[in-house]
Amino acid sequence: MNTNGHEHVIDVTDLRRVYGGGFEAVRGITFSVGRGELFALLGTNGAGKTSTVELLEGLAAPAGGRVRVLGHDPYEERAAVRPRIGVMLQEGGFPSELTVAETIRMWAGCTSGARPTQEALELVNLGRRSGVRVKQLSGGEKRRLDLALALLGRPEVLFLDEPTTGLDAEGRQKTWELVRELRDGGTTVLLTTHYLEEAEGLADRLAILHEGRIAATGTPAEVTAAQPSRISFDLPEGYFAGDLPPLAELGVTDHETTGRTVRLRTKELQRTATALLVWAEHAQVELRGLDIRSASLEEAFLQIAREASGGTGALAAGGEPGPAAMAAGGSGNGAEAGRGTAK
Amino acid sequence: MTTATHRNTAATAGTTTPVGRMAALARAELTLLGRTKATLVAALFVPLVLPFSLRTAVDEMDLDGTGLSVGSVILPSAIGFSLLFAVYSSLVSVYAARREELVLKRLRTGELRDTEILAGAALPSVAIGLVQSVVLSAACVALLDAGAPQAPHYAVLGLVLGLVMWPALAAVTSAFSRSVEGAQVAAMPLLIISMLASGTFVPLEILPDRLASVLELLPLTPIVTLIRGGWAGNLSAYDALGAIATGVAWTVLALWAVRRWFRWEPRR
Repeated sequence: MNTNGHEHVIDVTDLRRVYGGGFEAVRGITFSVGRGELFALLGTNGAGKTSTVELLEGLAAPAGGRVRVLGHDPYEERAAVRPRIGVMLQEGGFPSELTVAETIRMWAGCTSGARPTQEALELVNLGRRSGVRVKQLSGGEKRRLDLALALLGRPEVLFLDEPTTGLDAEGRQKTWELVRELRDGGTTVLLTTHYLEEAEGLADRLAILHEGRIAATGTPAEVTAAQPSRISFDLPEGYFAGDLPPLAELGVTDHETTGRTVRLRTKELQRTATALLVWAEHAQVELRGLDIRSASLEEAFLQIAREASGGTGALAAGGEPGPAAMAAGGSGNGAEAGRGTAK
Repeated sequence: MTTATHRNTAATAGTTTPVGRMAALARAELTLLGRTKATLVAALFVPLVLPFSLRTAVDEMDLDGTGLSVGSVILPSAIGFSLLFAVYSSLVSVYAARREELVLKRLRTGELRDTEILAGAALPSVAIGLVQSVVLSAACVALLDAGAPQAPHYAVLGLVLGLVMWPALAAVTSAFSRSVEGAQVAAMPLLIISMLASGTFVPLEILPDRLASVLELLPLTPIVTLIRGGWAGNLSAYDALGAIATGVAWTVLALWAVRRWFRWEPRR
């Protein structure tokens, strides 16, 4: 198989999934993942992450569109795909009365080229728990056991559905380390998460899902860059918004005033901030409550949630009280610009 | 942390085979069965004890002219109980428990095919059913003068049909419940009807013809008929064909129903 860096290990075209009740969980998504790449699917609960991953794993047939994993249809050509992939479901299922070692042994019997039991356990730091029944494991230990099973056959492609949910900070770090190591060893990884930090730190590329569609995609830097930075401050006593320098000239793309609080959005944070501070210096006023923050993945994420809910309810999610006008107005630039930057 | 490199395609040991995969699953299921005392007791002892409770009743039956003896009445009943308790009832619980614990869903992400999952999980129970049937046959021959089977091929065919049909019926039954307890309730109707009306407690030979011909259509009846006929040698080719046809029909229907209705994940 050719590996000149352009081989698509996962290829998804206009994928759709409809559940029995008619609910359309995945509404036409397209993306591809190259060999050795780590791709993250981000999204709020119910965004369609798990529904998508299950189609890639071949657990269900899509209602429309096409999936190829390692060049095969994972549902129709299960036998060709399964020996080469490793799967960690969002909620792992193991018989609670088996011990950790018995669980691994069972899986090893069903996995081509399985690692030795002890090696698999060491990989996820469960070496000392091998004689313990699954029902006595903590939530985090169960997740790690699940990961050990996913890695048992040294898969070429790894699907991890929220691998660190339920882990403590240390367990999360160790899992990230392991996932990075696997990726560096050439494993292609597709992971879902709702931890933005996880996606920002691990992913080569990511897609933010919202209501079954890809709302933004690209490298973490690209997705973030599509977002405006924000500045907010309180107007000094006796000043009005009109007293500020012409905002458009400062690079401000959007602004809003609530009471005495002014909020600005800009794509050129340094220019806008400098101009504002120079103005304050000249006017000899103090900008109380001054808050300057550059765009982040979190911002991008919240922006998408806000945009989708029509700019009302979701404002609370951004922790930002304010009229809908701002959110609706601001939404255009951010998420839209992020669209189509994939590939 | 050890080698986290991905598979080196050629050099890795052993590709799995269907038999190997099912064996691994069956081994785990056997371990689990050993740890589920209630199921184990019901599976092991009920089929061994129940037949002997029939003894007094059978002694009082009027078997003249039916070609049957006490042994050949009790033996097929005993095998019927084995299929009902060691195979059907325990597998209904197993399938429901594995589904509710998301074990089935997890297994489906691996190399096992769907049929391998169902068959592998059924193997320990099927093996117990098979061993029980052999032990019970030997016991009936030794203790109840059942004699040597006159038409052993019918008996073997009946047993084989039973060992395929009842796991499949268990899988279907488990699909209509949301918990292990619910599965046991769902298993009751078929369990009770089969115990009472499939020639297990009372041989169909001594029932009125019209009633008997209706009861012949139940899933356990052709199995009991074939085994009883195989032992007593009183089964006409016509009746044997009828029983085989009914048995095959139920087996095919059950397998089809599994494909159609079996649930791999809990209902949400």
